[in-house]
Amino acid sequence: MILPALFFYLFAGVCIAAAVMVIASRNPVHSVLFLILTFFNAAALFVLLGAEFLALIVLVVYVGAVAVLFLFVVMMLDVDFAALRSGFLNYLPVGLLVAGIFLAELLLVGGGWIISPHAAKTITAPIPGDITNTEAIGRVLYTRYIHYFQYSGLILLVAMVGAIVLTMRHRVNVKRQDIGTQNARSKRNTMELRKVASGQGLEELPPREAAE
Amino acid sequence: MTIGLGHYLAVGACLFTLGILGIFINRKNVIIILMSIEMILLSANVNLVAFSAFLGDIVGQIYALLVLTVAAAEAAIGLAILVVFFRNRGSIAVEDVNVMKG
Repeated sequence: MILPALFFYLFAGVCIAAAVMVIASRNPVHSVLFLILTFFNAAALFVLLGAEFLALIVLVVYVGAVAVLFLFVVMMLDVDFAALRSGFLNYLPVGLLVAGIFLAELLLVGGGWIISPHAAKTITAPIPGDITNTEAIGRVLYTRYIHYFQYSGLILLVAMVGAIVLTMRHRVNVKRQDIGTQNARSKRNTMELRKVASGQGLEELPPREAAE
Repeated sequence: MTIGLGHYLAVGACLFTLGILGIFINRKNVIIILMSIEMILLSANVNLVAFSAFLGDIVGQIYALLVLTVAAAEAAIGLAILVVFFRNRGSIAVEDVNVMKG
């Protein structure tokens, strides 16, 4: 009985400590690494809650994709990060004030709040006890929530296209393969057969007009 | 000593608050601001999964999955905008962003 509580406090403590280090760390690379630690411990909390599928998805998506993306960008941008921290102490009081207000409000709401006894009747899809978490999610996600699932796919597609369009740049000096031009090239407007008289050579060729 | 719903909600509240604080104290560094937004979305996920587990309703985990999708898309778009902004201006300071009119 004591063991789950112990693990909860371990994971929650490490999670929050790492979150503090994310925003307080001097080096953005360290921030990204602490962000990975935060996500990892949040995933462990999800496992404690019995949401194994979501825990592993958090690991795959956040640690495997998002954090690595952050890491790439941090390392790719040649920015003087020390200069960016110059106003750190100026913003600290107002930041602490606003964050304190938020925390107080959240704790007040969380403290003075009970679950309505009618809430149990309004459950949409109860967690079945006899199948795994992944199967339970699949049974609901692919039937009742199939539209949300497909919309989220659409969101990812838009994000992918948007990111590619934003970051792609055409360098002018680089020769690229242009399939259309290659296919439109014909023998008629690219080569020319001449009879060369012996001993006279070829006279000056007229400049060939550009292929239409 | 049993761990109830309130404990998980407290973790979510702490993560949310730290995300807000991170946005405020790192006013100049867009990368940290994006990480703070990720933490805020993670706190929403913690709340959703906690409610899902303690109320016995699987739909909370499905919403958490959708939040996860949006968070990944937001991170990709945000970092792409950041890269383009850095390429144009040579810095990622937030104060310079309002120069980019139109």
